[in-house]
Formats: sequence, C-alpha cells, structure tokens
Amino acid sequence: MKPTNIQDPEFFHRVIDCQYACPAHTPVPEYIRLIAAGRYSDAYLINWESNVFPGVLGRTCDRPCEPACRRGRVDDEPVAICRLKRVAADNKDDIAARLPKAPGVKNGKRVALVGAGPASLTVARDLAPLGYHLDLYDEQSKGGGFMRSQIPSFRLPEQVLDEEVGYILNLGVVTHFNRYVDSLKGLLGQGYDAVFVGSGAPRGRDLPKLPGRQEADTAIHIGIDWLASVAFGHVTSVGKRVIVLGGGNTAMDCCRTARRLGGDEVKVIVRSPFADMKASPWEKDDAMAEDIPIIDNHVPLEFVVEDGRLIGMKFDRVEARYDANGKRSLVSTGEEPAFYPCDEVLMAIGQENAFPWIERDIGIEFDQWEMPAVDRVTFQSSNPRVFFGGDAAFGPENIITAVAHGHQAAVSIDRFCRGENVAERPLPGTTLITQKMGIHEWSYDSRVEIDRRYKVPHAEKALALGDRHVEVELGFDRDTGYKEAERCLNCDVQTVFTDSLCIECDACVDICPTDCINFLETAGQGEAELRSRLRIPAVNLEQPLYASGALKTGRIMVKDEDVCLHCGLCAERCPTSAWDMQKFLYQVTKAAPIL
Amino acid sequence: MTYIRPQFRHPNLPANELGFTRKDYEGALSTLCAGCGHDSVSAAIIEACFELAIEPHRVAKVSGIGCSSKTPTYFLGNSHGFNSVHGRMPSVATGANLANREMIYVGVSGDGDTASIGLGQFAHVTRRNLNMVYIVENNGCYGLTKGQDSATADVGSASKKGEPNPYEAIDLCSLALQLGATYVGRSFSGDKAQLVPLIKGALAHSGFAFIDVISPCVTFNDTPQSTKSYDFVREHREATGKLDFVPMRKEITADYEPGYTQEVTLHDGSVIHLYKTGQGSVRDRDGALSAIREHKRAGRILTGLLYVDPDSQEFHRTLGTVKTALRNLDVAELCPGNKILDNINNSFR
Ligand SMILES: Cc1cc2nc3c(=O)[nH]c(=O)nc-3n(C[C@H](O)[C@H](O)[C@H](O)COP(=O)(O)OP(=O)(O)OC[C@H]3O[C@@H](n4cnc5c(N)ncnc54)[C@H](O)[C@@H]3O)c2cc1C
Ligand SMILES: Cc1ncc(C[n+]2csc(CCOP(=O)(O)OP(=O)(O)O)c2C)c(N)n1
Ligand code: SF4
Ligand code: SF4
Ligand code: SF4
Ligand SMILES: [Mg+2]
Repeated sequence: MKPTNIQDPEFFHRVIDCQYACPAHTPVPEYIRLIAAGRYSDAYLINWESNVFPGVLGRTCDRPCEPACRRGRVDDEPVAICRLKRVAADNKDDIAARLPKAPGVKNGKRVALVGAGPASLTVARDLAPLGYHLDLYDEQSKGGGFMRSQIPSFRLPEQVLDEEVGYILNLGVVTHFNRYVDSLKGLLGQGYDAVFVGSGAPRGRDLPKLPGRQEADTAIHIGIDWLASVAFGHVTSVGKRVIVLGGGNTAMDCCRTARRLGGDEVKVIVRSPFADMKASPWEKDDAMAEDIPIIDNHVPLEFVVEDGRLIGMKFDRVEARYDANGKRSLVSTGEEPAFYPCDEVLMAIGQENAFPWIERDIGIEFDQWEMPAVDRVTFQSSNPRVFFGGDAAFGPENIITAVAHGHQAAVSIDRFCRGENVAERPLPGTTLITQKMGIHEWSYDSRVEIDRRYKVPHAEKALALGDRHVEVELGFDRDTGYKEAERCLNCDVQTVFTDSLCIECDACVDICPTDCINFLETAGQGEAELRSRLRIPAVNLEQPLYASGALKTGRIMVKDEDVCLHCGLCAERCPTSAWDMQKFLYQVTKAAPIL
Repeated sequence: MTYIRPQFRHPNLPANELGFTRKDYEGALSTLCAGCGHDSVSAAIIEACFELAIEPHRVAKVSGIGCSSKTPTYFLGNSHGFNSVHGRMPSVATGANLANREMIYVGVSGDGDTASIGLGQFAHVTRRNLNMVYIVENNGCYGLTKGQDSATADVGSASKKGEPNPYEAIDLCSLALQLGATYVGRSFSGDKAQLVPLIKGALAHSGFAFIDVISPCVTFNDTPQSTKSYDFVREHREATGKLDFVPMRKEITADYEPGYTQEVTLHDGSVIHLYKTGQGSVRDRDGALSAIREHKRAGRILTGLLYVDPDSQEFHRTLGTVKTALRNLDVAELCPGNKILDNINNSFR
C-alpha cells in the first residue's frame, strides 16, 4: 500500500464523517465545540456560512450527517448534530452586524433567480457580497419556497424562517414576489448575464384513474397543494376522518397538520411495509405519538362514493416479496379488500418536476422524463447561461442539498460571468493546526464522555394539537445542549503521523482503546490484504486506512480510521510526537469567502 | 489534564472462550513515561492471558519496586496483586504459592529489583523451581530513581548521564540457567510476535519460568551509546527461531504453520512449536548457556525460548505438600490435634 497523501484535502475530510456526509460539508465538530464553549453566535455563524439556514435546518434538516456519525459506530446513537445546530440558533446574540454587506458599487453583472427556495437564496447569499445585481422571482408572496409553503409551522415557526430569509434579502436582493415566470425565453431576453433556475419540484402526484376520483374531487387533495393552502391560510379546517395516502415526510406533515385542523381520526395508509417507508424514523415516531396509526401494505383500489359524497376508500391487502436482486414487488394476499371510512383524503404519494414555463427551443436539453440536462458538478445546463439547482436540478431532495447546489452554482455563475472556465473548480479552503498545549493537554476536550444521546423535549400534546402554530419540539436547553455537545468525538482533530519521528516503541498500539493502530510488515501488498491483517480487520470499506512510508524496521504504520475516538492517547503516549493531534478545518469551495 | 482512557472499544473486539475481550484483562491507565518498553510488556501479558482464556481471578500478580514493578497495576485489573518491597517479590511469591498452589503466579520485576537488591532472593526462588512466571523488564538502569546504571548494564554502555558503565554485566538468563530455572527465554518489548507466545508458554509451564525482556527506558537509557536502546536492540538482536504456542484445549488442527523443527509438550498438554534457525536443542541447558555466550561475544543479543524442561519437578512436588490450597482445608485437616503432634515429636526422639 502506498503512503497516504494527507495533502489531499479529501483524506482528512473523509475522516470527519458528519461533515463529509453533509451535502454542504458544514464543519460540524467545529461548531459543536463552540456550543460547548457557550459561543453560540460563533457556532451560528460557522453554520450560516456553510448551510445558510441554521435555525431552519436545526429543526428540519434530513440530517444525512447523523447516520454517518462515528459515535453511532461505537455507541448506541449518533450525536444529535441537527438539534445542536438549533441550540446555536436559539441562543445566539444579534448577529446582524457580523453578516456581510452588499458592496456599494455593483460589479455590473445581472443575474435572475427563478424561485425563492433555499437553492436560489443560497446563490443570492453567495453572489450578493460580490456586487451582483440579483433579481429574485417567486409566484408566492414571500421568500422561502417550500420551507414556507410546505413545512408546517409546528415544525418550523414562521419567525425563524423570516429571520433567515431576511438576512439574505437584506443583501440588496431585488425581489419580485407574486410573479410567476411564464417564459424563460422572455427572462433571457431581458439581458441577464446568467439565470439560475431554483423552481423546485412543484407538482404533486395524483391517482387520476382510481375509481371515484372525479366524483369525490372536492374531498380529495394533493398533499403539497393542501399544505401550501394551509400555510397561506386558505384552508383552515378538515373533515373529522382523514386518510393520508403515502409514506414519505409529506404524508407525515399532512397527517399531523390534519390532526390540528379538526381531524380526530387521521390515518396514514401506505402501500409499502412500514420499514420501507420513505419518511425519516423520527417523523414516523412523531406522527404516531399524535395518535395517528400507520397502516402499511395497503394499495388503494377505489374512492368509495355514496350519494355523490366520499364515504371512504377501499384497499387491496398486499405483502412485500423480494426477488434475488432485492427488488420488491407488492403481491395481493387475495383477502377481501379493506374498507376505511373517511371524509377527506390527502394524497402525499410523491412529487414531480414540471417546467411548463421553459421553452424547448432555447438550447436546454430535456431527457425522456422531461428533466433538463444539468452538469452534476457545475450545475450548468446545455444553455451555458442557464444554471439549475435544488429540487429543479435532479428531482426532489431536501433543503441542505438545495443549499449545497446553490453554493456550487454560485461558483459557476461567478466564473461564467468573469469569463473563466466553469469546469475548473477552486480548491476547498483547509487548515491543519496542532492542538498540543502541554503534556496531557490539548486545546480541544479530548475526553470521551459516555453519555447516551439526550432527547429533545416536546410541547405538551394537547397544547400542540390545539394550534398548528405551536412548535412541537422545544429544543435543548443550554445545559442539555452542553452535555450533548460533549458527546462529539472531535473527528476533525486528526491523528497526524510523522514517519521519521517514530521509534516503533508500540506505545500508541498499546494505548489505543479501539485498536486502530498497527505496525506491519508489507511486501508491497495492496490495501485489501492489509485490511485483513490488522489487529482488528478493517471491514468498513467506507473508512480509509492511513498508511505511513517505510519505518526503520521496514514495517509501516497502518491506521484504520473507522472507529478512532480522536481521544489523543496515541499522541500523549508517543515519546517522540510522531503522532500529533491537529485540527483540520475544511471549507467547501464557495464563490468567495463569506465571513 | 485529560489523561483518561475512554470506555469505548472496537465494536468487533474478539472474545475468547470465556466470552471475555481484551478489555476484561486491562488494568488502570499507565503512569509510566510515554514510550516506556514496560507498557508493551504489560500489553503482551494482557494479550497472552486473553488468548489463553485465563480467568482473571485465578491470577496473582506479584512485584517489587521500580517502574517495572509498578506495571501490575496496568494489566489484569480483575486479578489479585501484591506490590511488595524492593527485591523481595520472590519471598512473597513463595509464601503465596505455598499457601495456595491453585493460583497462577505472575511476577514482574526490574533489572535493579532482581539483579541488584534482589539477587539473593532471585537465586533461591530459581533453584527451588517455584511454579511461577518471573518476568524481568530489563532496561539496564534504575528507571524509577532516575536512571542510574543497573547490574545488567553492559560494559561501556552509557545512559543519558553519558558516563560509560565500567562494571561487568550480570546476564540474568545465564544466571537462571545455572541456578536450575526450567523455562528460560529472552525477548524484546518491541516484538510482541515473539513475546506473547513466550509468555503463553511460561504460563503453561509447570515450574519456574523466567523471561528476561529487554525493555528500553525511553527517558534515561534510550541513548545512542546504550546497549538497551530501541535502536541497538533492534540492530543486534537475533532470534533462536520462530515460536508457536498451541494450547492444550485446541485441537491438533490448530492454526500453527507446518515445518517446525522442534516440538515441546508442556506439563498441561499444550505444545510449543519451534522453527529453529540455528542448531541445538531447546532441552539442552549447557547448549543454551554457550549459545548466549557466543552471541554475546559476537556482539549479538540472542532472543527466543532458550531452554525448557517440561518434566521438571516444581517446588510443591519436591516438598510433597498437600495437593489442595490451604484455604480449602478445614480446621481438622489443618490442625491434626495433639495426638498426632505427639506422634510426630515421638518419632524424632
Ligand atoms: C411537505 C414537505 C415537507 C418537507 N420537509 C422537509 C424537511 O423537513 N426538511 C428538508 O430538508 N426538506 C423538506 N422538504 C423538501 C424541501 O422543502 C425541498 O427539497 C427544498 O425546499 C427544495 O428547495 P428548492 O430551492 O429547490 O425549491 P423550493 O423550496 O421548492 O422552492 C421553489 C420555489 O419556486 C417557486 N416557483 C416555481 N416555479 C416558478 C416559476 N415559474 N415562477 C416563479 N416562481 C416559481 C415556487 O413557488 C417555490 O416557492 C419537504 C418537502 C415537502 C413537500
Ligand atoms: C530497599 C530499597 N532500596 C532502594 C530503593 C530505591 N529504589 C527504588 S526503585 C529502585 C531501582 C529500580 O530499578 P529496576 O528494578 O530496574 O526498575 P525500573 O524502574 O528500571 O523498571 C531503587 C534502587 C527502594 N525503593 N527500596
Ligand atoms: S486518537 Fe489515537 S489512541 Fe485515540 S482512538 Fe484514535 S488512534 Fe486510538
Ligand atoms: S508511540 Fe510514537 S514512537 Fe512509539 S510506535 Fe507509536 S508513533 Fe512510533
Ligand atoms: S523512567 Fe524509564 S522505565 Fe520508568 S516509566 Fe519512564 S521510561 Fe519507563
Ligand atoms: Mg530497570
């Protein structure tokens, strides 16, 4: 195995599991340490620079970081990364003065942004400080996109969203709300230097062919349209008995909203088995805690209408079968169809993209699924002046993905407007700094706490169900936030090895609590062979090995990064400082440094 | 101060036949200097006991005074221990062993503890063939008292102080061989592949098993002029050959490599396989002595299993003592009464 090239910014980045898994690569351990230190504003700003909506995301993020968190591999549960973000947002001081400002003199370039969701807002945030003139279009009356129209206020209070959307709009963005863009050709005709399409995936799926669909139309709603109507106050009540179709997070938001609008008997009925549902586990838990049963393995057969009125739905009972490739099919059990009475049905069975406003003769290629051809790195379409991001680019995802797209699209737009090659990407910003303060002393808290993950307290149920504006999750208080923050293993504080200093005394091997370190003879074997020969074989292929060059005895040091606790004991026990604990800060490539 | 060992261990930590992992054989976190060879010896003892699936409560750790003698705190935290006075570990071990022969005795000492103040005790415990493992963590100096030359320092070797040692060195393996030790090995703290099977063999051996482990003192005696430094030992070490230990419990299909040249079946049925590079039998006491001498003359350090007598008679057999531990005898057995005492006394009249 070749010695590891630790100059490659991606090597140590990969070791920081959470940051690596975060689409926007938020420096998670860095902000968690700041929370533990009570520096909430600083923690907030690190987040803000990276993910733009810390207060929103601290409540609603899909948290791809948490399943990746190293803590989950050595302890029962990962660090509550997402809810710690909220601790920073809730406890920060007024940070307005610390935010960037748009320069007085513009750079002369004009960019149009279609849709005011997180993707467009991120592009705006990144480009405004560089002097771009930004026109933001949205058919809604306020900014935020789906964050405003879809995510219910009991999960995301409006003032949190207003504040964070406000930080961006205050950068001198020119808003054109209540303005539906009905022609991209027209927009391009207005002489914009670039156009960013952040229009989301706004079309909810229907079951147009299901018997009874037309007759019962007034009692059947597309989930996302219905949620938007609730959010904007057009719908204020719902029938007593409600069936929600679908198993994703939209279904969870629909059923919980229905409970708050007068639905006493709300059921979620889903085709797939419970375990296969798309909704996040915590969303399912929260729904069930609000007395909403989830009935799985039921495929809709018919809307049952009597006297022109919807009285219920019929379902075929199915069973999931998996073929040799793990492909699932839902097979009828042959039992009698199940009937569930109801007054209204909400359909949350998926979303699609729709671009009726984009002409097909302006150089933007669309594929057979009517999706535009968009470059995965640059987010440029086949019309070089048009960039896509967020749900509009590759289909429905989530806020943090939209933000990540936004950053990269902003880099591309900036390079494009300056006449530079868009495909050439500037390197991420990195620093690597020793944390040594003395013997047994580090400038990070190297001690590994054994606390189990703390639970976020919830508002009293009766209160929460009585008013859709009452936020269910109350967030950690400062004390609990501190304790949860201390669970973080500081995976960004890297074990850095210097071959020439090692005297091969084995002290690090002996002390390492998780048997990460090995000194091995190698006869030019590859990584796979080495993995099998470690003290504890390195079976987690997602985690890298860190290999040194040949040492004095001809052996090499091989460290399995998989379950390193970043406790620093190897460095403390090393007599020659061949190991050192060094903090690696990785900042994703952005159009310009923000803070 | 953040010097605290985390509670978490590797999720795939293997378990032995008792269901214990290495964690169950650990002790307190070491307070020795970073990089001290002694910590590696502790790790080797942990590994050996784990692999042999020894029940920790069956082990008694005994030691004298010195950095080396402190180490029993840092391994087998669930075992018994007695940290005695300087050079007096052998008498404590002897007493304990006579009282309870069912325990496994692991003695850890230093070159100062054994070759200086404790030389007399060492000589006698060796000749008695007390059933124990006796490990000397040999760094050629008195580490604990800041690195004075010890009696195992070679002539001309210089520690951090820089003064070459003028006195002849005591070779503890030679001494043990001359005094009748029945299992003698030498190893290096930096070579667990050799040290762990050597310790396992010593644990399985019935009788006095002595291992001299060269264990560098990084703080006072890891200098370029020292013959007990990491570099010197690595460059001048020669192994008698590779060593495999096959415990009795394992079937013969165990995973040792074929091609060994010597095989020794120990008292408890376990087997040591030797892949000898040089000539000579591991059962030959004189051969071992001359091999050590010849290597020394050539400026080399001979390591590995040097001698073993698997059929030796350990101290209890020599004395013909009762087969059970004294604590398992009741009052009637321990104190046979006046009548029998009179009989015994009469027999001397
Ligand atoms: C019910 C529901 C709940 C969700 N909950 C979460 C959650 O908890 N966490 C999470 O991370 N994600 C969640 N999501 C997903 C998330 O909201 C989206 O992935 C994200 O908002 C996409 O951002 P975007 O910038 O691509 O576009 P969007 O947020 O979809 O914004 C697009 C905007 O463009 C406007 N628009 C579209 N076409 C035009 C046009 N032609 N002219 C003018 N304006 C136009 C729309 O009105 C909309 O405001 C949820 C989605 C749904 C449906
Ligand atoms: C009776 C007595 N004499 C002297 C001492 C001082 N003393 C403590 S440790 C030690 C030498 C230890 O050397 P060694 O056994 O080689 O242990 P190391 O620290 O090198 O591992 C001495 C002389 C003592 N503790 N007790
Ligand atoms: S920091 Fe060092 S000692 Fe601690 S777990 Fe990682 S490799 Fe092991
Ligand atoms: S503790 Fe330091 S010197 Fe010793 S083996 Fe480990 S890295 Fe090398
Ligand atoms: S002084 Fe020497 S022998 Fe004692 S702990 Fe330090 S390195 Fe080891
Ligand atoms: Mg010593």
